[in-house]
Amino acid sequence: MPKSKSKSPLRLLWLLPVALIGVGGIGFAAMMQPPPADLDLSLTRATENGLYVGTLEPGVSPIPVGTIQAWTVAVTTPDGKPLEHADLWIVGGMPQHGHGLPTEPQVTEELGGGRYRVEGMKFNMPGWWTITLKVSSAAGTDSATFNLNLGG
Amino acid sequence: MRLPLFVAAGVLAAAVAGWSWFDPGKPAWSPAEAKLIASLSLSTLPKLPPDPSNAVGDDPAAAALGRALFFDTRLSGNGKVACASCHVPDRQFQDGTPLGTGMGQTNRRTMPIAGTAYSPWLFWDGRRDSQWAQALGPLESLVEHGADRMQIARLMAANYATEYEAVFGPLPEITALPEHATPLGTEAAKAAWTSLAERQRDDVNRVFANVGKAIAAFERTIEPRPTRFDAYADALVAGRDTAGLLTAVEVEGLRVFVGKGECTKCHNGPLFTDQHFHNTGVPAVAGLPEDRGRIVATAQVLADPFNCLGAYSDAGPAGCAELRYMDREGEDLIRAYKPPSLRGVAERAPYMHSGQIATLAAVLRHYNAAPAAPGGHSELRPMAMSEAELAALEAFLRTLSETPRMETSHDRPDRSHLALELRSITEIATGLSVPSFRRAAGFAD
Repeated sequence: MPKSKSKSPLRLLWLLPVALIGVGGIGFAAMMQPPPADLDLSLTRATENGLYVGTLEPGVSPIPVGTIQAWTVAVTTPDGKPLEHADLWIVGGMPQHGHGLPTEPQVTEELGGGRYRVEGMKFNMPGWWTITLKVSSAAGTDSATFNLNLGG
Repeated sequence: MRLPLFVAAGVLAAAVAGWSWFDPGKPAWSPAEAKLIASLSLSTLPKLPPDPSNAVGDDPAAAALGRALFFDTRLSGNGKVACASCHVPDRQFQDGTPLGTGMGQTNRRTMPIAGTAYSPWLFWDGRRDSQWAQALGPLESLVEHGADRMQIARLMAANYATEYEAVFGPLPEITALPEHATPLGTEAAKAAWTSLAERQRDDVNRVFANVGKAIAAFERTIEPRPTRFDAYADALVAGRDTAGLLTAVEVEGLRVFVGKGECTKCHNGPLFTDQHFHNTGVPAVAGLPEDRGRIVATAQVLADPFNCLGAYSDAGPAGCAELRYMDREGEDLIRAYKPPSLRGVAERAPYMHSGQIATLAAVLRHYNAAPAAPGGHSELRPMAMSEAELAALEAFLRTLSETPRMETSHDRPDRSHLALELRSITEIATGLSVPSFRRAAGFAD
């Protein structure tokens, strides 16, 4: 065996720690499942087709994990007028885990001024959740999806 | 030229690895990991909130009555079965067998009690929505206590009238009614129930519900106690030295638990359970009837006359949000079961809802392999954890048992407290009062 060959692996030894960093980094990213870095956490959003603007008002910060909650949802037209007597639906889930909310939230009261009480909000684990608000009125049906990043 | 590069890369790798290779006693946790670990500590468990459906839930006299009833074998069809027969106090209030055995054999594993006062759903499938409603189920199950509500109401009148009336007010007049009657159970008992007037059925139901409420008042005093893990998590949160609180292997197991193992997807919060329902591909048991889990239980809890919205609940609708906004249907509820708390899990073999898996190591292998579910779809996916990681995970789970804490300069165990804890078990068995049990167990009176 030529001597030069036995040197070659040694020269590449510096790759070992580099590889460890790479593997460790990938493994860490996979295990912690962080939400996308550019996640828009705004609680006020225009609906997809621009028919409405919805605002989620959890009423408590940070949003607790494991506790059933009542939220307020405010809906306006694009020019800021409160949307009264609309039909609202709330669904949600965890995109990275493929499951929905552990509850079925419902609008239980129209509070006036385009504000609605939603009961039955609950999150059973920390992490990235999405909440989709569907709004229906004479102007049509449209929806917006909000992101939440809940702590431990 | 290459040597500095090698050294620099090596230093960087060590930094990424969190220095744990060099000093396993001081593992570096990322902020996210540290936050998750802190969220699991018993210190973050809030004070037990009142149960709005049980007005006597925090009444010591109700708890004393409930404790007596919990150990009373007369609440059975053969005079031999008490709650404590399966919920054995010195075994975390469970029985260590795959299937509970009373007058016959059940289809499910007996569940532990500590911390269940925090749970919106009781039983593996959540078919009851309070501790008091739960307690009523086994009393009338023909394979558990095999009693009936009329028998129990009469027992209260004959043997517990003073204690009952001190908590709940006057007992109804039921002495002229049949010996046995219930809408469930044997044909004779059902016929007797049908023969009663509506008012009489309501009277009996109310006494029966109150028996459940007294038992629940006792069960609310059964709370989890701190473990070695909690000492570690609390030291971490406080920025104290964690050396010696957990071994290096246990720390590595914790790292897998909050990281690669994704265990906190279901086992999160200070009780290590999300209180929801999950299909984890647990095998069916040959010889037992088909078990569909949560998907069947949602209709049962809605139909239960003793639920939060029922006539015997002390809550108004506002106190029943969990029931009103319950997730009622969907494929994810098929063969879905509640994750039990992992506190004390090492001493609670066998595992799963019908005791399907004999050892903790085998449970971890199950999660690692993620077999297909016999019905519905398993939420698991294969994990590719190494044998070393599985062993570390098991070592970590063993730190969740209520054992004397390891002695350190920061956190010296109180031996007198330990002696009292041990004595409390004896007191339960010998029937001393609930206040003394609470004091002995370290609860504030």
